[in-house]
Amino acid sequence: MTTVDLGTIRRLVSVTVDDVEHRAPEGATIMDVLDDAGADTPRLCQAPNLTPVNACRVCVVEVEGSRPLVPSCARKVEDGMVVRTDTERVAHSRKMVLELLASANDLSEAGDDVARWQIEYGADPERYGPPGPPAAAGERGNRHAGHHGIPDGETRATVAQPVTVDNDLYVRDYARCILCYKCVEACGTDAQNTFAIAVAGRGFDATISTEFAVPLPDSACVYCGNCIGVCPTGALKSVAEHERREAGTWDPEGETVTTTVCSFCGVGCSLELHVQDNTIVNVTSPSDHSVTHGHLCIKGRFGFQHVQNVASPGEH
Amino acid sequence: MDLVLLPDAATEAERAAVDAAVGSPGHERRDLLLPAFHAVMDAVGWISRGALSYVCDRLHVPPAEAYGVATFYALFSVTPRAPRTAHVCDDVGCAAFGGEDLCAALEERLGPPGSGEEVTWTRSPCLGLCERAPAVFLQRASPSAEDEGNPEATRALASSPHDDAPGGDHAQIAPATADTVLRALDGEDVDGPDPVVSTPQAGGPDLELLSRVGVVDPGDLDSYRAAGGYAGLRRALAVGSARVVDEITVASLTGRGGAAFPTGTKWAAVAGSPEPEKYLVCNADESEPGTFKDRVLMEADPFALVEAMTVAGIAVGARTGYLYVRGEYPAAERAILRAVAEARRHGYLGDDVMGSGRAFDLEVRRGAGAYICGEETALMNSLEGRRGEPRAKPPFPTVAGLFGKPTVINNVETLVNVLRIVAEGGPAFASIGSGRSTGTKLFCLSGVVARPGVYEVPMGTTLRELLELAGGVPPDLRAILLGGAAGSFVTPDQLDVPLTLEGTREIGATLGSGVVLCFDSTTDFAAVLRRIAGFFRDESCGQCVPCRVGTVRQEEALARIVRGREIGGRTIELQLLRDVDRVMTDASICGLGQTAASAVRSALALGLIGGS
Ligand SMILES: Cc1cc2nc3c(=O)[nH]c(=O)nc-3n(C[C@H](O)[C@H](O)[C@H](O)COP(=O)(O)O)c2cc1C
Ligand code: SF4
Ligand code: SF4
Ligand code: SF4
Ligand code: FES
Ligand code: FES
Repeated sequence: MTTVDLGTIRRLVSVTVDDVEHRAPEGATIMDVLDDAGADTPRLCQAPNLTPVNACRVCVVEVEGSRPLVPSCARKVEDGMVVRTDTERVAHSRKMVLELLASANDLSEAGDDVARWQIEYGADPERYGPPGPPAAAGERGNRHAGHHGIPDGETRATVAQPVTVDNDLYVRDYARCILCYKCVEACGTDAQNTFAIAVAGRGFDATISTEFAVPLPDSACVYCGNCIGVCPTGALKSVAEHERREAGTWDPEGETVTTTVCSFCGVGCSLELHVQDNTIVNVTSPSDHSVTHGHLCIKGRFGFQHVQNVASPGEH
Repeated sequence: MDLVLLPDAATEAERAAVDAAVGSPGHERRDLLLPAFHAVMDAVGWISRGALSYVCDRLHVPPAEAYGVATFYALFSVTPRAPRTAHVCDDVGCAAFGGEDLCAALEERLGPPGSGEEVTWTRSPCLGLCERAPAVFLQRASPSAEDEGNPEATRALASSPHDDAPGGDHAQIAPATADTVLRALDGEDVDGPDPVVSTPQAGGPDLELLSRVGVVDPGDLDSYRAAGGYAGLRRALAVGSARVVDEITVASLTGRGGAAFPTGTKWAAVAGSPEPEKYLVCNADESEPGTFKDRVLMEADPFALVEAMTVAGIAVGARTGYLYVRGEYPAAERAILRAVAEARRHGYLGDDVMGSGRAFDLEVRRGAGAYICGEETALMNSLEGRRGEPRAKPPFPTVAGLFGKPTVINNVETLVNVLRIVAEGGPAFASIGSGRSTGTKLFCLSGVVARPGVYEVPMGTTLRELLELAGGVPPDLRAILLGGAAGSFVTPDQLDVPLTLEGTREIGATLGSGVVLCFDSTTDFAAVLRRIAGFFRDESCGQCVPCRVGTVRQEEALARIVRGREIGGRTIELQLLRDVDRVMTDASICGLGQTAASAVRSALALGLIGGS
């Protein structure tokens, strides 16, 4: 038996997972219980510093009494809940979510966990046929809800499209975007309260977009980079990282991380400076940091670029 | 939050339209976003940057989010579009019944879909007029409102949630011909389809829900009262709310919107909630392909729905009810708005309903072209001015629904049943039908039937008996799509199934929204199934992966199978379809994804497609 500690004193409830009884505080999610028990539960749209949107469905489990599977990241435990993670149904859905995403998206920068889950669950995106041609710049954002070209099935539709580079600080590579809503949440009520980006369009044609897909410098964006900080797929990344990757000089193995405190103002945000080849390539903050919860402002996130190069946002 | 708005200015006409519809609340009123966008569409035919910025400024909504909302709905356009657009149904009930021919004729006369500056046409999913295929919905900006020099005219015409005339000059044509469509696009008045014609049983005996269709004048409160109208509300006020909720529970009234949930359970939960603020919502977004019963009820007997909502609202303790009517239903919207205004004028709505001291009033909101907004939580998001994305449940709407408050949401037909239950008592209602399937049920018959239309029969009537009412079992019947695109196919050897929740479940089918769409053996089922798969791909909100990507892969695999272009052979493609089916059914957030494979699955099982 394990016990999840969430820090505050709350009533404990009893949950059975794969025949093992666990006690967890009221308000914990099923995923909290699974994590505490050491299970490797896949997740894409969940983040400890964001409100659950339970959109990706890769974390699903069986809960007794529920016909559909249940997202473990969002569902709170209840006393007497009976959860199963070890069934063929669970494995099938997790595999299919990973497979369907890989069939439509470029997941090559989605990290080691995603790569491992792809193999572990046996995702086979190639069985849907060869990928169709990428969309022209801006084309995906111009599709009209409720209308699409009728496919012949010879190729599989993807979200492939050119990278959007419209400012000096970060790029948006939406061919990688899995619509996990994290950037929208970080830009909105979960951190930044700027609301520069939102989901636009519908269904497979939905995109993350500014109003009328205007370039970021014309939008409300203040370049806090909090969207980059939460993006799980490399769809959003600093220009510094993007250029290195393009040039083939991106070197994560050779990267060192230095922890410091931001000196721009008195708040005291903790910064992690990611350095490659004697150059700062990214600045992050730990998501469990009590001040930042992983979120920064333009000065902390991109101040290094003001030091290292001269351009300011919007000049390009 | 300070809004950062694009520099583009709205035109005089755009501003006038928005002002007339939503005014200048001075604080965030995101819930008025759809009315504001409708007003702009109705005035000028598309939503420009300037118009969107102006709406955001008035309602205090960030422009990226407002854009996300505008682009979610098929009836809104954020790129210039002809102010008069014909939406031509090419869905399963119309395509083979003149719909595709009409598309071809319009393409010849007007060019490809979307082209044309003054008038244009586009394809559309089911328009809820399937009994009179082929169907067309005309989205026409009000002619005088286009005149930018005359903002006063715009003001007068623009839509407002409280006006009794809807905005725009929208209309329905069914059956439609290229000529009638072209004339209507030129601005000619059109007579909408008569709902009485679509009710073959109208005026006959043994009708409850349809008893007033063709009998009362839908525009005249006195006529409604003369037919017994408002006796139900009077009785409900006399016996009290607790008793009304009890009667509904005893009646065992199940929801008629498709999910068949016990209505009494929902009502009791909301009535018993300590929250002071509660809402009633009527789901009139009827968009399940093949369904048109709620349209007929609203067009032909709108006071019944208004009365039923008043009974329901007061019973559960709501002071405000919202009626969310499908955007493609201008005649129904007009009828309901008129009935609401009349009822208000005569004290049947307002601060003191029928002198009882109880307050209840209604707001009518227009949908904007999104099947998913029929899903109850998506509908609530849409009412709140958000993208129509379903919410996670729990919490259920009875706990946290519209604006986060306890909410009862019911289908039109469900609500109209309430009047009879209040009048006759729960036990009488429960004595009709059996098990959980009580009362009478409306069915929407279309396709190859002799007399298509809405039919009312007691629960438990067999499919064969129902077809007899509509002129007999169609000769050469090959399959029936039962329950809609989210339902499944049944075959002529299954006609003796009793039409109950239990009876249909026993044969692996569902009553759904009451769709009975008949196909004969000349049907190109491959085309039918590809249309259904395309429908779900178009209508997926895009929120969750199983449905967003799964509906795309289902449509592609189906295309390969019917074209004989399987990857790795038939068995492997069928396995792929089954795998996609399972993840959509098991792991999607809402009922759309969970049923998106249902029709395809049953068609394959019955050999309607995929035979070689
Ligand atoms: C994709 C989808 C579409 C739906 N469309 C409708 C609809 O158009 N009308 C309706 O009444 N219910 C619709 N429903 C069912 C509603 O979610 C909900 O169950 C219903 O409004 C509850 O009312 P009832 O209990 O009176 O049926 C839909 C459900 C789903 C999943
Ligand atoms: S950088 Fe900050 S303000 Fe700009 S889109 Fe990202 S989260 Fe929003
Ligand atoms: S850009 Fe990144 S964070 Fe935003 S939705 Fe796409 S994958 Fe998620
Ligand atoms: S199942 Fe489909 S429609 Fe429903 S929430 Fe998921 S993506 Fe949206
Ligand atoms: S991680 Fe749970 S639904 Fe995405
Ligand atoms: S109106 Fe065309 S299928 Fe329903």
